[in-house]
Amino acid sequence: MEIDVKRKQGNFSIDVAFEGNPSGVTALFGSSGAGKTSVVNMVAGLSKPDAGRVAIGGRVLFDAKHHINLPPEKRRIGYVFQDGRLLPHLSVKRNLTYGMNLTPLNQRYVKFEQVVELLGIGHLLDRRPARLSGGEKQRVAIGRALLTSPALLLMDEPLASLDADRKNEVLPFITRLSREFSIPILYVTHAVDEILQLAGRVVILENGRVLATGLTEDIMGRPELSVTWGNGTPVFPSSAYVGFPLDGRCHFVKGCYHEHAQAVDTEGNGQFHP
Amino acid sequence: MPGLTSMEWEALRLSLRISFWAVAVSMPFGILVAWILARLRFPGKSIFDGIVHLPLVLPPVVTGYVLLVLFGRKGPLGAFLQDHLGVTLAFNWKGAALAAAVMAFPLLVRAVRLSMESVDQELEAAARTLGAGPLRVFFTVTLPLVAPGIISGLILAFARSLGEFGATITFVSNIPGETRTLPLALYTLTQMPDGETGAMRLCLLSVGVAMIAMVLSEMAARRFSRQLKG
Repeated sequence: MEIDVKRKQGNFSIDVAFEGNPSGVTALFGSSGAGKTSVVNMVAGLSKPDAGRVAIGGRVLFDAKHHINLPPEKRRIGYVFQDGRLLPHLSVKRNLTYGMNLTPLNQRYVKFEQVVELLGIGHLLDRRPARLSGGEKQRVAIGRALLTSPALLLMDEPLASLDADRKNEVLPFITRLSREFSIPILYVTHAVDEILQLAGRVVILENGRVLATGLTEDIMGRPELSVTWGNGTPVFPSSAYVGFPLDGRCHFVKGCYHEHAQAVDTEGNGQFHP
Repeated sequence: MPGLTSMEWEALRLSLRISFWAVAVSMPFGILVAWILARLRFPGKSIFDGIVHLPLVLPPVVTGYVLLVLFGRKGPLGAFLQDHLGVTLAFNWKGAALAAAVMAFPLLVRAVRLSMESVDQELEAAARTLGAGPLRVFFTVTLPLVAPGIISGLILAFARSLGEFGATITFVSNIPGETRTLPLALYTLTQMPDGETGAMRLCLLSVGVAMIAMVLSEMAARRFSRQLKG
């Protein structure tokens, strides 16, 4: 997975490049307004980057230099939207098979029964989306994207619209999903706990730029050490745990510099020196 | 009400036939124009919008006269249709259907356009990511979601066509069995001595047809909304 996209929208510009694992979950992490959804939409082909290149598993989906820009329906990318976006006029079953039936037989590697069983949605098949709970909707949306046998699965804050209980209902399915199918997943979130449970790699975005990228255990080294940031003087260590503000909290990233850094744990022992 | 006279049957059948064809032929164009107005931006769009809505604000007689000038046997479009397709519209029921279609068109477009503007375009984007091309998305997502708007537009247009008078009588005149629809027959009776009973019967007939159309549209609308709610 190779993603390099640049785009100007109004006075906000996005310039993001990173590589993801060929399988497993890569998390795209950042506060709201960091440009996460814009990046994912460009990967899916729903908006066009001004420049850059997107390739999944060696297949080029977008390349500004060579004027390659596949339309979304040719990209073989499954997209799970934050709000589900199930087709309201179709039953759950027909939502699930909508994309599956459009996938050529020789490209299908995900089986209907397998997905229904994995996501536990067998009893919902005849219902309309309007009669599903939030958690059920999200499971159906995941199944629908999965059944297109995608080369990459995009998940844009699939749990953000759910309360804690529903979240705990869906999260295990995503964990199983990444284990049972060897599909790379690009998972957008602003919740640290989801990253710790799911992601092998993390890409941190801020203001349309990549702030840091690396293995989850390196990047999110000390998530338990979150503190509220104050107005102290920024300090710039080269290799230390640095706190930077996201969603009004401090999260800790190892070995990266950030201009908003407020406190530094130079020994990595949880002691902060402003 | 006692059985209909053959003259009443004739007017009723003619009215239904003219309205049916007026609505059936204008439906695809109405949906296309509604889509253009709802989704596209282009220079001159407000002029296009104005032309589409013109029959709604013009006196029907003016519309009928314009049709006569354009589609009469000697008119530019009328001569073209006559020479190339062998179709004559002047002074026959096809011309009456054209007049009804033109008069009803803005109502059809308005209803479909409103419905189309309320369709969540994000749903269409979602269908694209599932592998459907733009045309398939239009037929499997957009159209089903605007179906209630299309149905109410069709009923409105059908009702407007049944009631068409001014443009029809100007364009295709008042020919028994050919262009004398219910309103024209009613008008004719009011111009004749002892026509009151016949006029009242046609009046009641028109009310009956309108009621049936309303009930059918209500039933269709309810069926669709039930379908969306599961």
